[in-house]
Amino acid sequence: MKLEYMGLNEINGPLVVLDGIKGAANEEIVEITSNGKKRLGKIVQIKEDAVIIQVFEGTSDLSLTNTTTKFTGYPMMMPLSEEILGRILNGTGKPIDGLGEVYAEDKRDINGMPLNPASRKYPRNYIQTGISSIDGLTTLIRGQKLPIFSGNGLPHNKLAAQIVRQAKISGENFAVVFIAMGVQYDVAEYFKQSFQESGVLEKVVMFLNLANDPVVERIITPRCGLTVAEYLAFEMNMHVLVIMTDMTSYSEALREISSSKNEIPSRKGFPGYLYSDLASLYERAGMLKDREGSITQIPILTMPNDDITHPVPDLTAYITEGQIVLGRELHQRGVYPPVTILPSLSRLMKDGIGEGFTRNDHPDLANQLFASYAKVQEIRALASVIGEDELSEIDKNYMRFGKHFEDYFIAQDHDEERDIEQTLDLGWTLLGLLPKGELDRLNAGLIEEHYKEVDERSIQVKGF
Amino acid sequence: MVGVMEDKTVGYINGINGSVITINGSPDFKMREMVIVGNSKLIGEVIAIRGEDVIAQVYEITTGLKLNEPVIGTKKPLSVTLGPGIIGNIFDGIQRPLEKIRDLSGAYINRGLTVDRLDTDKKWDIEIKVKKGDYLTGGSVIGEIQESEAVIHKVMVPPFVEGEVIKLKESGSYTINEVLAVLKDKRHENEIRMLQEWPVREARPYKDRQTPKQPLITGQRVFDTMFPIAKGGTGAIPGGFGTGKTMTQHQFAKWSDADIIVYIGCGERGNEITEVLEDFPELIDPKTKRPLMERTILIANTSNMPVAAREASIYTGTTLAEYYRDMGYHVAIMADSTSRWAEALREISGRLEEMPAEEGFPAYLSSRLSEFYERAGFVTNLNESEGSLTVIGAVSPQGSDFSEPVTMNTKRFVRCFWALDKQLAYERHYPAVNWSNSYSEYIDELALYYKNNVAPDFMEKRTMVSALLQEESKLMEIVKLIGSDILPDEQKLVLESCKVLRQGFLQQNAFHEDDTYVPIKKQYLMMDLILKMHEKAKTLVAKGIPVSVIRKTEVFNDLIKMKYSIDNTHLEKFKELETSIFNKLNELSMKYER
Repeated sequence: MKLEYMGLNEINGPLVVLDGIKGAANEEIVEITSNGKKRLGKIVQIKEDAVIIQVFEGTSDLSLTNTTTKFTGYPMMMPLSEEILGRILNGTGKPIDGLGEVYAEDKRDINGMPLNPASRKYPRNYIQTGISSIDGLTTLIRGQKLPIFSGNGLPHNKLAAQIVRQAKISGENFAVVFIAMGVQYDVAEYFKQSFQESGVLEKVVMFLNLANDPVVERIITPRCGLTVAEYLAFEMNMHVLVIMTDMTSYSEALREISSSKNEIPSRKGFPGYLYSDLASLYERAGMLKDREGSITQIPILTMPNDDITHPVPDLTAYITEGQIVLGRELHQRGVYPPVTILPSLSRLMKDGIGEGFTRNDHPDLANQLFASYAKVQEIRALASVIGEDELSEIDKNYMRFGKHFEDYFIAQDHDEERDIEQTLDLGWTLLGLLPKGELDRLNAGLIEEHYKEVDERSIQVKGF
Repeated sequence: MVGVMEDKTVGYINGINGSVITINGSPDFKMREMVIVGNSKLIGEVIAIRGEDVIAQVYEITTGLKLNEPVIGTKKPLSVTLGPGIIGNIFDGIQRPLEKIRDLSGAYINRGLTVDRLDTDKKWDIEIKVKKGDYLTGGSVIGEIQESEAVIHKVMVPPFVEGEVIKLKESGSYTINEVLAVLKDKRHENEIRMLQEWPVREARPYKDRQTPKQPLITGQRVFDTMFPIAKGGTGAIPGGFGTGKTMTQHQFAKWSDADIIVYIGCGERGNEITEVLEDFPELIDPKTKRPLMERTILIANTSNMPVAAREASIYTGTTLAEYYRDMGYHVAIMADSTSRWAEALREISGRLEEMPAEEGFPAYLSSRLSEFYERAGFVTNLNESEGSLTVIGAVSPQGSDFSEPVTMNTKRFVRCFWALDKQLAYERHYPAVNWSNSYSEYIDELALYYKNNVAPDFMEKRTMVSALLQEESKLMEIVKLIGSDILPDEQKLVLESCKVLRQGFLQQNAFHEDDTYVPIKKQYLMMDLILKMHEKAKTLVAKGIPVSVIRKTEVFNDLIKMKYSIDNTHLEKFKELETSIFNKLNELSMKYER
């Protein structure tokens, strides 16, 4: 028996309050109808006989008298089947491509359940993206969650699209779930086109909550998408790559709801549970012991004011397994992809590279490149004080190494694909600009095998 | 609606706000009582009583709970079950075994699962150590069980129980629920089983607390030599993301010379727990030569598991650790990360609408932190054995800002502070412990141990290293402005020697087979040799030999590479290296004299 209630008792931002409700369940989905338009909402709090409902499609046009509310008795469910591949859905998981409803073989609660750490499989296989800065220095591992930290105006979308295009996720059995939260129409369209061009569109599920769509809807968009991803990965045994953009918009939506609920804010007005909430999304990546499939997440977030200590990037990086940081300085110098190496990190790469995965020299080489490039930054700071001419000979070597590292290793074309051998060899060639004695992270054997002193000109001539 | 059914308190759900529920209908609920919530039988705990309203936090996801569903009081505080079967196991925040949960509910953790915390069917071989007629008190060991190859489990009389043994089983195989002995005191008879229960929020009693005098050797140079922690001590590892907190905690869990490790993954990544689960059974403990898992207990409340259980996980882990301490073991707790625990406190406090203090954290944050760290200590147990509990907490400061409330308050209650540094992490200098911001207050207490067991002049050498590094950081200020070329040669030498210290000594490679764990003796020899070289090179510089020339002899590089070139079992090679370095320097010196 489903009861319908007439009217509301209070409307406050995205929240409505209804009194006199018996038997409402926490997080149950309700349907609110006004003027013939149906909206969905979720119970977020129950207080004696009053329930507080968060309305996904926004509360404009609602009044205390013009609505009827129906309690469905269930949390939000997502219909699932393999046929969902190739479909375009809105932020609440309803198809918007005009192809009708998704045929449901299964239905699942979009909130998911926490994965048991004892059931997980530790991810150890690397994904070759063909991008040197990622493959060489912040290797992406299948089953990892590796966000791109970017800023407004930086080419994060281009980079994400390139990763999707080039990532050898493993033959036929892969799928892409694209989740847009509060992004512009153009961005969604860009991704769609790029999927089309690389011929993967029928393997993609797109969830679109665009910038002009209701803000509260953003809270459920990633949950719908990840539920689909979990179904494809762990029931259909597919390797799923999930792109989520933009996590900052998501977090802002969370803040908006939190403040209408009069919750005590922590930093910058974000709710105290921002960490737990983000974790409930990011932790849905991974692999399972007894299943073939995997979920690899690449969340994209724009750092407000390029500030990496802002709560959203900060808390994200505490949950995700590393981060790829894009920098404005490199971008303005025309380096694409503008990956700022030093703060970038892949936590899982230590177990997914080296002998048996990529090449035996990879771990130490990556370490050396990081260390040498860190030294370059120090010397650049010094040069800006005393002038480049005053630098010692070794320091000048570092300056040259730094420049060429950026121009030839980090930079590449947006359709250029380098395999791991090329990337590593390139790293060795660039280290040739430094005297052997400076290579303190590499053992004698590796230096013997790979190191060859080069001069600047031969690198420029080679041109890569 | 007041109801006492079958000796149980029953109330009804009157409000739900995330993980916090309000219960109505019975005045009999007690503070900190464990409750069974709703038709799906979720586990919760009473955390406040306000007039008619009883407020409880629920340790599971509350989706689908309804108003007026029953809440049953258990009359017991939230407790852990203690007995054989804990070692090598992985539990969630309220001690439910995650492997059992997997067998019951598959890859995901469902709600309302009832599982035995310890295996009640398994029979353990016990060797009884007492006889009828003995008078036993709390803590007395009545028998021993080989729990794992590395750990002997001592079945003890629970604290505050005593009496004369009037019934006793013989040595043999029993389950944890079987009565092994009956003790009779003046008033009643007490049955003793392998299993006992203890409330998590209450520290287990001990006889006497001692000053810690032994170091917890971790095999990590920057810790053991520069900032050592004592067995029974407290330490904190604060660091922004990517600075290697978890890596460091894992290294401690792997190599520290505690008998038992309790690793609490508190609100952190699921894959990190899985990594421990996959790696530890394969890694060999240098002390017992047995897989590390045989001395490890894991508590996992990953960041996507319910937040209230995160709050409890720290206490669950600590109580398990205290139980093994009572047997006379040296136990170390790694809590990663206490910031997530503090955030759980904040979240629950927010839902209770309490007045917040700094950054939304509750005003009792500092008292909760101090309660936790004060459960550490080196003690004489009730049964006269000696045991210790070392507590090492990771702290994840928001925005890498060490002045945020959790870091600030933690600093007040720990005696070792290992500050991880973003800049060092960028240079891939691991462990990224910043040597100028970190400290250990145990230096004085441990000095005697180092003197007697490692080398008489250990602490002097350590001070010299520390002074040298201090001098370097002063010089670096100048170098940043004018470059190093202008410095006089004595100062250039300081920079070179410190480079050796930093790269050859402080930096340690966790992935290198030898360097991942370095015995304290080798740590001393390395430090000693670097200092000897520095002293010798100083005499050369005094003779007017430029540092650039000394550098050409490769002595600096030889020292940087010694961590790899001399393996842990061939420490006599240090003599050879010393001779070779001194020969090189003497040769150079002679060349210049001529």
